[in-house]
Amino acid sequence: MLKPPPPSVPLVTTGPDERAARRDLLEQIARLESDLAALFCSAYPRGGFDWAVKSRGGGPRVLSLSELERLRDDLAERLHDVRRTLSDRTWVEEQNRRLIEEMMLAPEKHKWVRVGAEDIGERGCKHWHVRPRWGILGMMLNWWRVRISSGCPLAT
Amino acid sequence: MIETGWVDADLEVEFPELRLRWITHEGGSGRTPPEIKERLRKLSDRYTGGKAVHLRQEPIPWAYRVFFRQVGIDPDDHRTPAEQAALDRMKHGSFRSRNLLDDALVIATVETGVPVMALDADKVTPPLGLRLSQEGERLGGEERPLSVRQIVLADPDRSVAVLFGDIAEERGVTPATQRMLLCSVQVKGVPEISVEEALWTVTEVLRTAS
Repeated sequence: MLKPPPPSVPLVTTGPDERAARRDLLEQIARLESDLAALFCSAYPRGGFDWAVKSRGGGPRVLSLSELERLRDDLAERLHDVRRTLSDRTWVEEQNRRLIEEMMLAPEKHKWVRVGAEDIGERGCKHWHVRPRWGILGMMLNWWRVRISSGCPLAT
Repeated sequence: MIETGWVDADLEVEFPELRLRWITHEGGSGRTPPEIKERLRKLSDRYTGGKAVHLRQEPIPWAYRVFFRQVGIDPDDHRTPAEQAALDRMKHGSFRSRNLLDDALVIATVETGVPVMALDADKVTPPLGLRLSQEGERLGGEERPLSVRQIVLADPDRSVAVLFGDIAEERGVTPATQRMLLCSVQVKGVPEISVEEALWTVTEVLRTAS
């Protein structure tokens, strides 16, 4: 026996109040921007990071809920990417710092190795270079030392 | 006396702490006198690279940066006024002197972190306020078209500037300007006293020169 169809549900005609969601999203964007700013300062002077989070376009305006969500997601993604890149870079820099220490302790074991300030996350042109003492004589007698450059050449 | 502008209800719901403050200055711009150039030079000397890098972590520049994000502007593409001043300082080696008004605006922005803009007081009709643009609206009434729901600074008759953007050509300060309206926008996280300090700094510089 056929059952009668269920009564139809009336369509909701009033839109949901977005204010609470919008407030939360604006707060989240502020927090993410704060984290990104802190990360920018931590990463300095290292270069090669992509900090861009593309704008929504259309100048200063009230963004829609979906635009705010996308902006929040883009910021979170950028923060995650930069954190991961910075973490990888600092690990390599730590290895290079250790290498400099080893070079200073036993230069003969690191012949011709050269580490620059950029390799340890610092600014400038300073570098540590293992070279033979007295040129060819040092090479033959295994006299090696670390030469530390005095900095950047003067601008011409 | 510093006055407070109106904020459209739609905008107030979204940004309850958004305020427009302005002050009238009797006088125009002109050439920068030597004492203001000297002040700008001393300001340049105090402004180091480290300070410029850490600017975005300072509370007031950070607040404007956040606001830029929240209204859909990428602050790394379209810089906040304080960051733009810092960038110019780093690029040119000093804060360049241009004219009295621009120099006064730079001094106020750098010292307080609060951006200030100037309008020709005889070309706008107070009270000023902030509102969203309407469909088909043009900047200044007849210039370029505005996007729908763009945040604009307006007088009761028309939009006079896009927030942190272009000023309508007719409403901006020119060599013929006799009176100026100095306006500043306060956003969440910026204390009222800093906005007032920024406006007083501009007027103080302009008065010193005259």
